[in-house]
Amino acid sequence: MLTKRVIPCLDVKDGRVVKGVNFVGLRDAGDPIELACRYDEQRADEVVFLDITATSDDRATTVGLASRASEQLHLPYCVGGGFRTVADMRRMIAAGADKVSVNSAAVADPALLTAAAAAFGTQAVVCAIDAKAVAGNPNKWEVYVAGGRKATGIDAVAWAAEAARRGAGEILLTSMDRDGSRDGFDCALTRAVARAVDIPVIASGGVGELEHFAQGILEGEADAVLAASVFHFGELTIRQVKESMRSYGIPVRL
Amino acid sequence: MESQPQVVVVDYRKGNLKSVERGLAAAGAAVEVTSDAEAIARAGAVVLPGVGAFADAAATMAELGQVDAVRAAVDAGAPFLGICLGMHLMFEAGEEHAPAGGPLPRGLGLIPGTVGALARTDEEGRPYKVPHVGWNSVHAYGAPSPLLADVPDGEYFYFTHSFAAPDGPATIARAVHARPFPCAVQVPGRPVFGVQFHPEKSSDAGARLLRSFVRLATRAR
Repeated sequence: MLTKRVIPCLDVKDGRVVKGVNFVGLRDAGDPIELACRYDEQRADEVVFLDITATSDDRATTVGLASRASEQLHLPYCVGGGFRTVADMRRMIAAGADKVSVNSAAVADPALLTAAAAAFGTQAVVCAIDAKAVAGNPNKWEVYVAGGRKATGIDAVAWAAEAARRGAGEILLTSMDRDGSRDGFDCALTRAVARAVDIPVIASGGVGELEHFAQGILEGEADAVLAASVFHFGELTIRQVKESMRSYGIPVRL
Repeated sequence: MESQPQVVVVDYRKGNLKSVERGLAAAGAAVEVTSDAEAIARAGAVVLPGVGAFADAAATMAELGQVDAVRAAVDAGAPFLGICLGMHLMFEAGEEHAPAGGPLPRGLGLIPGTVGALARTDEEGRPYKVPHVGWNSVHAYGAPSPLLADVPDGEYFYFTHSFAAPDGPATIARAVHARPFPCAVQVPGRPVFGVQFHPEKSSDAGARLLRSFVRLATRAR
């Protein structure tokens, strides 16, 4: 039976992990590869590296990182952030990334998803969506781009469905309302998107407690759950999270 | 001391083969990644990795003379392992990205049958997400295979695919996503294997499977 995935996410800037890391026993808390190797040992199901580097000049650092990751990790990993063209993505795939995630550029030009799927296969193309609840409308979420700074007026559920149609193989869905809140995933948003697409959905944004992971799967109907700080700070281990999920009857790889 | 078995990884120029190379090296093989047909034809063992789509990969392989080279190596008794798309390419034909109305792109034809799209609903009509992405349990099926000798039944491996091989006498393991499908195959009685999952991305379970393959490559020489 297919298990539900637990995915630690590492925000990387200029080749360094940016969200504070307080993981016991790391030699270099800022080294994304060393941190990812720890998650590999803890039986994380996958790792996401999110490149938040501001300029494209610095992206060579991230290509180097993808290359090191393919030499040292024994699990699949996705690299996201700042891709504008299929050529950008190709560099990352050529460096060893199993998947690339694309966000703003896909909103600007949805055909990019189709071109990427044709080049690498749909399974390698993740469409990342940052969504924020529309005030006064409980079942409406708006897509934001440019790292959450720019509203688009686009309905998040409709965009997810279009992204799937265009060639995305997965949706990485982040609730901007919940991100950093520690209140748990936005399960209404996650469920609305999961029901609108026939591809896997990764829930992201808001985890603060162990139970939140199972909620993302059971109430949000997500196929995978993603978190950053709770893992980096050493508050929760991958194993604790999976054991908790299993106690709710969710299939996991322990 | 016994020398390392030589394993050639077929490069059909669609992507990165570093993790396959590293996984085989860690399993004890002397690995050569090459697109050269002659090197492939005289290989001690051949690994066909999975990158890209069936039609495209099959065309590039044919162009580079790799189809005949792989067949020659296999005919000479070299152990073979196809991974993901590499397993699909072992079959006669594939529907993935096939041109509409035209003949289906041809594979290596080591195993009869056509690779088709994964089922999207189970027998009760419940929908399943495709691509099938993540860690799924692998269950041995039919006669025991030396490839799976060190893999406990129900072990988890990492899958990511939208197409699947047809069931048949070559099936040595199955996984279930919507419906059961063959996730490992062996040409009956020969050291010619394919796996739908990615052993090179499947942690210690994958490492064990690759060691079993490299062991077979050692014995075959």
